[in-house]
Amino acid sequence: MCVTCGCGGEQEHLPTKEREEGHRHSHAHESDHSHSHDTPGERERKIRLEQDILGKNDHLAEHNRDRFHRDRMLVLNLVSSPGSGKTTLLERTLEALSGAFPMGVIEGDQMTSLDADRIARTGTPAVQINTGRTCHLDAHMIAHGLEKLPRLTGGVLFIENVGNLVCPSSFDLGESVRVALLSVTEGEDKPLKYPYLFEGSPVVCLTKIDLVPHTGFDRDLFTASLARVRHDARLFELSSRSGEGFSRWLDWIREGVLEASRGSRSREATFS
Amino acid sequence: MESLMDLLEEARKKEGFSRVRSLRVTVGAFSCVDPGALRFCFDVVTRGSVAEGAVLDIEPVPGTGWCFGCNREIRLDGPGEGCSLCGSVRIQRTAGDDLRLEDIIVE
Repeated sequence: MCVTCGCGGEQEHLPTKEREEGHRHSHAHESDHSHSHDTPGERERKIRLEQDILGKNDHLAEHNRDRFHRDRMLVLNLVSSPGSGKTTLLERTLEALSGAFPMGVIEGDQMTSLDADRIARTGTPAVQINTGRTCHLDAHMIAHGLEKLPRLTGGVLFIENVGNLVCPSSFDLGESVRVALLSVTEGEDKPLKYPYLFEGSPVVCLTKIDLVPHTGFDRDLFTASLARVRHDARLFELSSRSGEGFSRWLDWIREGVLEASRGSRSREATFS
Repeated sequence: MESLMDLLEEARKKEGFSRVRSLRVTVGAFSCVDPGALRFCFDVVTRGSVAEGAVLDIEPVPGTGWCFGCNREIRLDGPGEGCSLCGSVRIQRTAGDDLRLEDIIVE
């Protein structure tokens, strides 16, 4: 079950056997906890654990991060509400950067492979992870998703997280940078309503800006909301349909790929 | 919540207890976890496990941050809050991410 909202269930993306073997082979790790024996009751005893409840995910995320670093890859974790334009942004981005360096995509959705199918049509290798009743991707799912992609040494991996502004905030996937998307059809105050997600995203894309004349989206109000939650967020305002603002976004990715290929961490690194 | 159950299971294998009487969990102001939701899930998830019926003791941990406006550490109750003293939003968080299982009482 999802630790954050309780909306989840078992990880249904992999057969049980594979999950167990995966744990036994690559993720086995011992917790080093100490315990005292100051017994509070007759047959009772107190055990000190002091363990991070999300420690297992964090541990696996570090494994992923080490691997990405070894392969000198840039990894972007795209998070947003459903319908903000993540897949369309990815399609346009992949088309524009085609042939420049190796690229791959991990798509997270509760059900269907519709998004991975769309990505595959751009010629980029894509893996679909169905999270079933779970509302976010976690580091373990990413580790297994990677097994189905070619090596992306010196390139970029895009992870399209499940459309959700709540739970993905808590789960480090090992990415270089978490990128939050918000479309101009949503409210300017979303960063204030979902502060955990925006606070954890050093980069924000404001999408569908070609629709501003129709939605009356107030950019100043939005940037003020964002600044309250994350004053140093790097903001890209763009439209996947018209292409406006796209060159800055693409330049930023190219720069990130170059930095990663030199073995340095991105300036916007989500986790240092 | 599954992660919490995993930790209990690991502890049970190491320590060999038959029942968890209570758990103490610290929840930081920035941890994204709602104590009410945690309590609800806990009751559901622990059914039929060694922790069924255990008392869940949730200890909130306040967030703190360094305010670049006043150059001092301030208290923060969650993200998106400016400094209550000077109003600045230039704040570097220093504590409050905690989501930890501190200790358990078992028999």
